[in-house]
Amino acid sequence: MTHAACTKTDEAAPETGRPSSLWHDAWRRLRRNRLAVAGGAFLLALVLVCVVGPWFSGHSYQGDGSFERPNEAPSLQHWFGTDIQGRDLFVRTLYGGRISLGVGLCATLVSLTIGVVWGAVAGFQGGKLDALMMRIVEIIYSLPFVIFVILLLVLTDAVAKEYNLGATWNMLVLFAAIGAVSWLTMARIVRGQVMALRRQEFVEAAITLGFSRARIIFRHILPNVLGPVIVYTTLTIPSVMLLEAFLSFLGLGIQPPMTSWGSLIKDGADKMEEYPWLLLFPGTLFSLTLFSLNFLGDGLRDALDVRASKD
Amino acid sequence: MVRFIVSRFLQAIPTLLVLVTATFFMLRAVPGGPFAAEKSMSPEALKNLNDYYHLNDPLPRQYLGYMAGILPKAFRPTQLFVDGQIDLKAGFGMDFGPSLKHPTRTVNEIIAQRLPVSLELGVWALLIALALGLTSGVVASLRPNSWGDYVPSAISMAGICMPTFVIGPLLVLVFAVYLGWFRASGWYEPADRVLPALTLGFVYAAYIARLTRGGMREILAQDFIRTARAKGASEWRVVLRHALRGGLLPVVSYLGPALAGIVSGSFVVETIFQVPGLGREFINSAANRDYPLVTGTVLLFAVLIISFNLLVDIVAVWLNPRMRQAH
Repeated sequence: MTHAACTKTDEAAPETGRPSSLWHDAWRRLRRNRLAVAGGAFLLALVLVCVVGPWFSGHSYQGDGSFERPNEAPSLQHWFGTDIQGRDLFVRTLYGGRISLGVGLCATLVSLTIGVVWGAVAGFQGGKLDALMMRIVEIIYSLPFVIFVILLLVLTDAVAKEYNLGATWNMLVLFAAIGAVSWLTMARIVRGQVMALRRQEFVEAAITLGFSRARIIFRHILPNVLGPVIVYTTLTIPSVMLLEAFLSFLGLGIQPPMTSWGSLIKDGADKMEEYPWLLLFPGTLFSLTLFSLNFLGDGLRDALDVRASKD
Repeated sequence: MVRFIVSRFLQAIPTLLVLVTATFFMLRAVPGGPFAAEKSMSPEALKNLNDYYHLNDPLPRQYLGYMAGILPKAFRPTQLFVDGQIDLKAGFGMDFGPSLKHPTRTVNEIIAQRLPVSLELGVWALLIALALGLTSGVVASLRPNSWGDYVPSAISMAGICMPTFVIGPLLVLVFAVYLGWFRASGWYEPADRVLPALTLGFVYAAYIARLTRGGMREILAQDFIRTARAKGASEWRVVLRHALRGGLLPVVSYLGPALAGIVSGSFVVETIFQVPGLGREFINSAANRDYPLVTGTVLLFAVLIISFNLLVDIVAVWLNPRMRQAH
């Protein structure tokens, strides 16, 4: 008991010398949540293996071009077996993980930027502008936006073929399309928080001092919204990864020879009756990642004490 | 209430207009066309074909022509009368035009054939989601932090994290390939509905279970529940008559997004199980640039989702008397 109290006071004095009890308490609460810690540890390990793993493996994700020994069961040489073209599935799964996690992060950044700016401006400005901006959010919310993303991807594919644009273009469109439809919840949450903060004294003080609106929004208000933003960013990543995998499963997302977990699962599902490992390994890894992200997000929400508020 | 419904209808009109316009011009802004992929065609034949479907007309004219087709005939009174009688069916109908890739059929015919299949799949999925989700959610809320809570909660977490396109193939592997209980794909007998509907509904069952549990926990802690218990109402009566109505609110407001998700989820499920529904047709038609079929399907899905959202909002107001003042 005394020991715990001692460590607490020791840790309560961070190097910056500023009191940061909110973040400190949150960190302590998060560490006590075993599922969240396990999820976080799994994710760290996964990112490390996905980034570093392919460099140390003797196999290439594109195979050696020989098409030899296809559809082999898992063995010591090929840990996850080989696919229909004789490529090592372990390396391909790691490589697909890089792409899936990368798309998840980048598209989340897009949605984070749009959502935070949109919500902050609407919440700070209020009045007619707020009504208009939130009306737009509501309208997009009520639309079958996945259908629109599908349409967008089919069409950009045609543009890419016409002008010989490479795979990078496809990826960029994928980031933009996914990001563009997943910022709505973030905008609502940020708007609600900003509206509450706007009436507080320190903001009124900043207004009285004659600071510009942009400065007040970005320097004074947004740092106070960080908690909910972090939580919903963590929870946006799995939904964005799910959307990417969904599109790749339909053959619209990542194009070969590149691969992602979605396209690996698609290939595995086609061949699962004869070679079930082609589905099981990427499918399990993908599900575990989503599990971890959701547990970490839920843990962060409890730790930062963010209430699920609708507006 | 009436004003609320009417205003929502009026708001839907500009939304749908923007949606149709955006889809129309997006499709045509991209190089290539519906017949560009058919390499064996001579330039004259291509031109004739494009002429026949008015695809060489200036864009604004194509647009006006299309819009004139889809505006309900009710707005064009001369066509409302067939043989001197009012044709009610035509009054509500829209003409989506001919399909470019199925030359003998109109988009209306294709939708009439495909939509019922998708609707049936969606309805079964929604029913499964509600039945599984509500039951396990209520059970989990009654004895929090017991096995009756942990087991459903763990299963629903698994449901949320295992995407449709992993669950579907796994179900096929177990129940069709190894056990041989169902067909792996196809849509012929009633038994063929089981695996696709289960695949599609499972994720939503998981969310509904979580929402029900949360909503019920909140309601069961309130004073009026204690009053009901104090008056000697049986546990069944307290849960089903007093708590369930309020506890359902989060579930009801989730049903709108759930339907949108079921629509897009049906694309994947129809692909996995080879179901001849509208979702698969939509993806094919988008890839084939069958302009009228794509635009018609987008509009149809949008109308479906917007109407369902309205219905959900009405039910929410009915369930929560406090919201009535707001409308």
